[in-house]
Amino acid sequence: MAVDKETVARIAKLARIEVDEAQQEALAGELSNILGWVEQLSELDTEDVRPMTSVVEMSLPLREDEITDGQRAEDIVANAPETSHGFFVVPKVVE
Amino acid sequence: MSELIRLNLSDALAGLEKGDFSASELTGAYLAAVEEVRPLKAFITETPEKAIDMARASEGRRKKGDAGLLEGVPLAIKDLFCTEGVLTTAGSHILDGYQPVYESTVTANLWKAGAIMLGKANLDEFAMGSSNMTSYHGAVENPWRARGDNRPMVPGGSSGGSASAVAAHAAAAAIGTDTGGSIRQPASFCGIVGMKPTYGRCSRWGIVAFASSLDQAGPMTRTVRDAAIMLRAMAGHDPKDSTSVDRPVPDYAKALTGEVKGLKVGVPKEYRMDDMPGEIDALWQQGIDWLKAAGAEIVDVSLPTTKYALPAYYIVAPAEASSNLARYDGVRYGLREEGRSLDEMYEATRAAGFGQEVKRRVLIGTYVLSAGYYDAYYNKARKVRTRIAEDFAQAYEKVDVLLTPTAPNAAFPVGEMLDDPIRMYLNDVFTVPASMAGLPAISIPAGLSEEGLPLGLQLVGRPFDEETVLRAAGVLEEAAGFDAEPTFLAGRG
Repeated sequence: MAVDKETVARIAKLARIEVDEAQQEALAGELSNILGWVEQLSELDTEDVRPMTSVVEMSLPLREDEITDGQRAEDIVANAPETSHGFFVVPKVVE
Repeated sequence: MSELIRLNLSDALAGLEKGDFSASELTGAYLAAVEEVRPLKAFITETPEKAIDMARASEGRRKKGDAGLLEGVPLAIKDLFCTEGVLTTAGSHILDGYQPVYESTVTANLWKAGAIMLGKANLDEFAMGSSNMTSYHGAVENPWRARGDNRPMVPGGSSGGSASAVAAHAAAAAIGTDTGGSIRQPASFCGIVGMKPTYGRCSRWGIVAFASSLDQAGPMTRTVRDAAIMLRAMAGHDPKDSTSVDRPVPDYAKALTGEVKGLKVGVPKEYRMDDMPGEIDALWQQGIDWLKAAGAEIVDVSLPTTKYALPAYYIVAPAEASSNLARYDGVRYGLREEGRSLDEMYEATRAAGFGQEVKRRVLIGTYVLSAGYYDAYYNKARKVRTRIAEDFAQAYEKVDVLLTPTAPNAAFPVGEMLDDPIRMYLNDVFTVPASMAGLPAISIPAGLSEEGLPLGLQLVGRPFDEETVLRAAGVLEEAAGFDAEPTFLAGRG
């Protein structure tokens, strides 16, 4: 599967990573190589195989839906690059 | 005090118990060693004040008769574990300045057992790599050099700082994490023991997530016994990790009987790759002979899906990484690069904060999960994973444990393979299958390459049968008698 520059630009947008023109070119080559290499999986017949969902046989544990933690607003914003009155600050989203 | 750092973890514990030396004395010796090995760049953050305080507290507990399993033993902690109030970087620029407000479960278990933190060990960025060259904080060096070659060698990765520190005697032991081989391959490259337990044996809570269906913490030590002692302290059920398994933690050291008579050891023929270097093949045969001589029964087995494990891994792991790394958005922690809009801020922050290999994997992951490709790539890889697990399950109907080489080569010079991702990925060709099936596996140092660099052998066991893996590893370790020392060893004077 060859990946072109436009595809790199599209997935970079989806991944929210800025990639300039020159890098798009280089990445298109690298990603094509890697995807070309994983292409060998198509040799393997997996028609009736169930996709793995859990690597160890276990059922997901259930617990009571109750509050066990909280009141830690200061902790939650402690590492944020910019905060105000206990809120995260981001560039203006709504005009 | 430099003789204290020559003691492995078990002997250090015995010395502390007998009162031959105190936790503070042992810690002091290791802090000097940590300083001495700075040229290896094995640590991102050293925590000497914390270590001294913890050592003093440990002495108090011992005096009161409250000694834990690891009472007074100084450790290196891979900088992927969140440590409360101590810089945690995951080897990435994007986590600049991040000081967690909580402690990971595994490190909390270690501190509960009385262990002492020397510092946070360097790693490949977000644990993505097999060389430790992708760290934002610089490439770690292996304390070993090739014979007649003064170029620095890589320690392997991603737990390269942990491996380098243990090999150079700058920590009594260390912890790492293993997603596709990140404990076992650096252990092999640095001539130490590294164990990846069964998925679910150790809690993942508070470990910076890379690929959540594969990530698992484990010990990196000088001996198999040390690994058994460390694992007992690390493991256990944790309600905060829904994939952590609720079953009792055995006293793993008791499994080290030195006895493998009648044990069925499988040798998977698909691991004998066409272009495998002769010395790797020879070492593998040596391992087979050692176990046979000790009374084990060698059985040829087939794991037909082996060659597809690595390509399937390079779909599953990047897919999970692309999702896990979405949280680095310049809002909640670490680096922020300004932008005119929220999206521009995200894009600028992630462009500046992630290194090349991380970007590559996030983009691959985004691609294979995107509309129209999900079935062809991601679901296909999950089906291949089922086949891999079935291969192992069938093999374990006939055998108790599998023996393979750990890596297809010894350590290579720093700077090599960086521009050839697939060649780099092939470092993990023997370790990835067990990861894909969630199985326990260990690497033990078994010999030296022609260039004088360490080579490891790997044992892979049934789910939650760490005891058989450790028992067989103990016998291999005894037979190998690996006592070669690296070029750079702290305290050598």
